[in-house]
Amino acid sequence: MEKPANRARLVKAPEHFISQELIADINANGLDENRRGFLRKGFMSALGGAAAGLTAPLAMAAGEGDPAILEKQEWQTTLGKNVATMPYGMPSIYESNLIRRESPGLTRVSAASVAFTPLQGLFGTITPNGLHFERHHQGWYNLNPETHRLMVNGLVKNPRVFTMNDLMRMPSVSRTHFIECGANTGLEWGNVAVPTVQYTHGMLSCCEFTGVPLKVLLEECGADLKKGKFMLAEGGDGSGMTRTINLESCLNDTIVAWAMNGEMLRPENGFPLRLVVPGVQGVSWVKWLRRLEVGDMPWNAKDEAVHYIELMPDGSHRQYASIQECKSVITTPSGGQQLLDKGFYNVSGMAWSGRGKIRRVDVSFDGGNNWRTARLETPILDKSITRFNIDWVWDGSPAILQSRAMDDTGYIQPTIKKLRDVRGTRSIYHNNAIQSWKLDSNGEVSNVQVG
Amino acid sequence: MYKLDKLTARIGFAALLVLSAHSAVAQSDSAKYPGIGRHATMAEVAAWDIDVRPDFKGLPKGSGSVEKGQAIWEAKCASCHGTFGESNEIFTPIAGGTTKDDVKTGKVASLKDMKQPQRTTLMKVPTVSTLWDYIYRAMPWNAPRSLTPDDTYAVVAFILSLGEIVPDDFVLSDKNIAEVKMPNRNGMTTKHGFWNVKDKPDVNGSSCMHNCVPFVQIGSTLPDFARNAHNNIAEQNRMYGPYRGVDTTKPPIKQLPGASGQGLAHAADTHSSAAKGPAALFKNENCSACHAPNAKLVGPSIADIAKKYDGQSGAVDKLMAKVKAGGAGVWGSIPMPPQAQLSDEDRKTLVTWILSGGK
Repeated sequence: MEKPANRARLVKAPEHFISQELIADINANGLDENRRGFLRKGFMSALGGAAAGLTAPLAMAAGEGDPAILEKQEWQTTLGKNVATMPYGMPSIYESNLIRRESPGLTRVSAASVAFTPLQGLFGTITPNGLHFERHHQGWYNLNPETHRLMVNGLVKNPRVFTMNDLMRMPSVSRTHFIECGANTGLEWGNVAVPTVQYTHGMLSCCEFTGVPLKVLLEECGADLKKGKFMLAEGGDGSGMTRTINLESCLNDTIVAWAMNGEMLRPENGFPLRLVVPGVQGVSWVKWLRRLEVGDMPWNAKDEAVHYIELMPDGSHRQYASIQECKSVITTPSGGQQLLDKGFYNVSGMAWSGRGKIRRVDVSFDGGNNWRTARLETPILDKSITRFNIDWVWDGSPAILQSRAMDDTGYIQPTIKKLRDVRGTRSIYHNNAIQSWKLDSNGEVSNVQVG
Repeated sequence: MYKLDKLTARIGFAALLVLSAHSAVAQSDSAKYPGIGRHATMAEVAAWDIDVRPDFKGLPKGSGSVEKGQAIWEAKCASCHGTFGESNEIFTPIAGGTTKDDVKTGKVASLKDMKQPQRTTLMKVPTVSTLWDYIYRAMPWNAPRSLTPDDTYAVVAFILSLGEIVPDDFVLSDKNIAEVKMPNRNGMTTKHGFWNVKDKPDVNGSSCMHNCVPFVQIGSTLPDFARNAHNNIAEQNRMYGPYRGVDTTKPPIKQLPGASGQGLAHAADTHSSAAKGPAALFKNENCSACHAPNAKLVGPSIADIAKKYDGQSGAVDKLMAKVKAGGAGVWGSIPMPPQAQLSDEDRKTLVTWILSGGK
């Protein structure tokens, strides 16, 4: 008896009848007559080939070997692209899924919004400049560096103006630091709200910043550092972003920076000048920096009096909560990812502390009941991201993965329950809780909270 | 003679060195970094140093009434913040949630009882200088720095009247601003562990290694209906390697796909999502700062514009001219700033797209 499936049989297109590059090109740019022509040609020749030598692929499957090895590939048999075809360079077309993304519905206007770094696909500790998270308060501009000025005034002997040419002649330092928005992981204060580490932890980046130390600039202007315990940093954008910097705490490692990972800052990250305040929440790293004013009291600017404050259970607001405390997260595997099979995996993640260096990271595969200490990769830098790795053989049964970091002050990353016990559930900022990822037996990883 | 000559030459050279060093100092006024930076003039400092602190240092002279503030509010602020500062459409509300009792105590009671669904600006802000400073430096949203000091006094007076902090006939000025009693002036604390790196943290974790918890209970997961709320996660992950993205357009798979990844729905390359077409133009040219697809923001929604001009002849030309030159009056008093930076081609693309309802 004839099987029903054979009556109206769908003939599948032969595999590899078009090149991966053409697939990517069509995905990127859509179909036009030219590409349609290539498709037709490829399909016909593939059909012809299949009809003529039907047994060939089967024979290979039966043990001759992997077509990726046995068959000549396009890139081995044709001429490649010229040098400097892409003068600034772009990631491979096969990497195009990893981009900054907005969380749908998070904000109503994109000029005052956030785009998150795809931590799930990054390696090591450095964030590529094109993927550094974005958060603006009134939109970004491409500022002209030729007309950009930095003014230093307030409690200084000599109020001074510097051009970019001036600043870039001064003694500079290059240091690697993380920047994290105070609201990073804030969506998860009440319960699980978003699916992937890009949206839970992606307001986090880590770069090598180059610039002149703040101290050098302030000394040059004759700042009164006895009376002047605070500084106002002001941005040149439409929001005229202002933040109070606690000089007592930040003077020694703050940088007035123009470069990020070896190139000038990107416009979205403050080109041509931004403040780098290691260990302190990102909103204080004022972008498009145009003015520094030394003063003897905090300013209570809008973003330190209305937004970046935390509501405590007793109804009081915490103000000037600046330090980003010790935190870690497993990035591979993480929420929204799929494991292919049982067996060996390298489990990897990031750890950082606004108070100093990472001393230890522990990883649990059973929801926090038992822990193993992970390998910390070098370099382990002050107020910077440290990469950790740990070996794991997955037996296929459900698991809950967690990481917990400790810094060199002895501070240990707490559970979400411990945080809520003190701070309640109406906070938005400074959620540095241990993150839990649930792995099901089908290999799917999802975001969960334990306890 | 020879020796003397040499000595004179040396002295002369040294004197020249001293002189040139002096002139370098005079030029740049810097001993350490000659030639770098210069004095800021008084006019320059005055132009930029506009911040106002809680002690009102930096506040310019001036005044404004609640009545004048209301007129400015309705023309320039209400479209985002609502007629009474109550709107939660674009940003969190400005007014609401405070009582006359709060003004007396200086602590907003509704911050504790949780009855207020959304914290408003007046519930939070402890110092009136903050309102003045921010409105003067950054408002309105689409035209920052366009208010005069008197305008700013008036707008702040109107906001204060919305919270019944000042009466309706109040005139706010640099003379009386220090007397304003904000409802949450005693509601802020800096006594917590993280203003200075040396501070002691308020919460700390445990370093237990084995048998640390009596049982593991999952307290919260993402609800099933939200599976695809952040679009297809498969397209947000690498298409190869050990960790792929979950295809959230489909229910969870039944079993492991296996080492080859066969059976796993392969994520499409999303390269095409990189900024192309009128929707991207709309976002990248900042139109989305004021216009949304279906909701009224600062300006009308795309849907409303498409509806208004539906079937009208010459609508494309009319709107193209308006995008170029800017305008006001059709959708209320908020002006649309001119968008002269757009090429004719881009303007046409945008206008055609908007008239099609953004399709």
